[in-house]
Amino acid sequence: MIYKIMLLLYLFIAFSLAILIFINKNRFVNNIFIISFLLLQSGFTVYVCLNYKITVFEYFTADSLAVLLLITLTLISIASFFHSNLYLNRHDETIRSRNIYFSAMIILITSLSAAYLSNHIAVTWIFTELTTLSASALIYHHRNKLALEGTWKYIFICAISITFVFIGILFLSLALKNTGSTDLSFSNLVKYQKSLNIFWLKLAFLFIFTGFTAKLGLVPMFTAGIDAKDNAPAPAGALLSSVLMNVGFVGIFRFYIIISNTEISHWANLIIFIAAVLSIFIAAIYMSKVQNIKRMFAYSGIEHMGLVMLGIAAGGIGYYGAILHIILHSFVKSSLFFQFSQIYAVFRTKNIRQTGNYFKYNPIGAVVLLLGFISATAMPPSGMFISELYIFKALFQSHNILILIFVLGLLTIIIWSFSKNVMKILFLDIPNFDQTKIQKFSRLESISQFIFLFTAIWLGLNPPQVFVNLLNDVVSAMPK
Amino acid sequence: MINVLLIIFIISLLFLSIANRLKTYARVISLQGFILFGVTYLQLQEINTFNLILVLLETIVFKAIAVPIFIIYLIKKNNITREAEPYLPNFISLIITTIIIISTILIANSIDDTALDKIFFVVAVSTLFTGLYFIATRKKIITHVMGYLIIENGVFVLSLAVGNEMPMLVNLGIILDIFASVLILGIFVNKIGDVFKDVDVDNLTELNDL
Repeated sequence: MIYKIMLLLYLFIAFSLAILIFINKNRFVNNIFIISFLLLQSGFTVYVCLNYKITVFEYFTADSLAVLLLITLTLISIASFFHSNLYLNRHDETIRSRNIYFSAMIILITSLSAAYLSNHIAVTWIFTELTTLSASALIYHHRNKLALEGTWKYIFICAISITFVFIGILFLSLALKNTGSTDLSFSNLVKYQKSLNIFWLKLAFLFIFTGFTAKLGLVPMFTAGIDAKDNAPAPAGALLSSVLMNVGFVGIFRFYIIISNTEISHWANLIIFIAAVLSIFIAAIYMSKVQNIKRMFAYSGIEHMGLVMLGIAAGGIGYYGAILHIILHSFVKSSLFFQFSQIYAVFRTKNIRQTGNYFKYNPIGAVVLLLGFISATAMPPSGMFISELYIFKALFQSHNILILIFVLGLLTIIIWSFSKNVMKILFLDIPNFDQTKIQKFSRLESISQFIFLFTAIWLGLNPPQVFVNLLNDVVSAMPK
Repeated sequence: MINVLLIIFIISLLFLSIANRLKTYARVISLQGFILFGVTYLQLQEINTFNLILVLLETIVFKAIAVPIFIIYLIKKNNITREAEPYLPNFISLIITTIIIISTILIANSIDDTALDKIFFVVAVSTLFTGLYFIATRKKIITHVMGYLIIENGVFVLSLAVGNEMPMLVNLGIILDIFASVLILGIFVNKIGDVFKDVDVDNLTELNDL
């Protein structure tokens, strides 16, 4: 009983705090509300960890994947609120736009937490819908023409993909029909996985997979996410490019568990292989010509999600590598986005051509950028080096050597273009740059990035036993 | 009777593919709302009365009346020219829509499963692809919105097919309907009309990688 109350209480308080922040005009009071939300979120996370594996209302289960992603979300959201505050102060925002920003962010974080914990495909679907709503308020923050274009594309593509997921759920219910059960929770579907109707299950997989790629950032629906991350303020972009992508992963992965033990698992793997390799291919193409720093980070996210899905499709140790990779990617990519606020404050542009010599103007920030770059391209000692190694090993073991070679070639292009751009920002001189107006940054502003980047290295190279146990528990549901 | 209504629904798609004016689109969407009202009433025999009333109210008030009126209001308010301006001639649109419908019928016939009333499947899937086709080949943003509404109507038909066993899915369909339409139409009425005077997709090309 107490569990039910805790979850309801969390959702209720979080949504009411969002509404209060939206209404209230006093900045001091709003700061108190925001801090109390962060306390609530952290308290809820601790509570979920303590009550690991409980099920509430039959719709929410605190399984290992949910716990891992929830902790990641809470850590990143604390940093994101801190950086949002800095960002909004730097840009002299009105009280109204501040309020909309923060209440949208609270709704986003709450619905992400609920979507991670959800054990029922319809509940995941509802909360994914809510993330679209709140994310679009964040994307439209600047209220200009470009932001409008980005928001419109994001809403439209997400609306279509959420409809696709819904069609998938309908087909899934047809697949379940001859078993006599009408319960669409993931645990029930796993129970009946052998007796599901194959034809409808295939259709359901196609639609659900396509629908969730809008959130995950894979071919075919990846485009909206790129524009969204470009137009949203950088601290919100950090959430969009890490924890919001994870919700797409949760949707696909929980459904994939059902598929993986049926006779169509090979067919599903083939679909995932095609989407993943195409995503990495597209990321490689765009990375080599992109001139916008934020979009470059966003395309790097597409590449990593492609790798994660490759790990899933390859199986074996690939499952472990994929889950590890998605967690490490969240930390690395969010710190790169947090760092972007400082880059923008120095150069007043997102364009790589008009930036340079960052080491001279902001040494600490430049170290963060360099470290983040090394982590994101998975060079040792980055933790993602380990997870990518697992994924490649899985590809090798599952006899997909041609795919492995092709992907490695694409990764070379990506690393080359990424390093070309980052080295330009860090070291090359820019002519006619007015150095008198450069802002100085407090060291405090880079602490969270360092913590995240070192966490990513630590989790990759020397993971604590609890973390390994949780990962192994996620993987234990998969076929050997 | 359900079959007759669903066949009229399919014919409305063929009619849309050769329609010229935006108002015609809005009217056909309204007609589809009324058809869905009838199908809902006839099909959902087994769910509880309160839920049935809710679903019926949603189809008649929201799908058949409010949204089409709102679209016509939007067209007037933003001074959108009344032609739909497709990229392809109407004749080709008609052929493509016909091909979509015929191929879904062929697919449906190859399904060896008695769990589903096939006419629901045919209507839903062909509406889905026709809607996507309208979105891809029409120039104005408002026609994209209407294409999306058509897709939603198709999805609603599919949810009715399983509605007796799982009424929850019909309710989810309603949530989707209200949520997405309000979001899309809301941003359209508030923002896009004010910022972009000519509401063509050509205006939405400023975001790029260079």
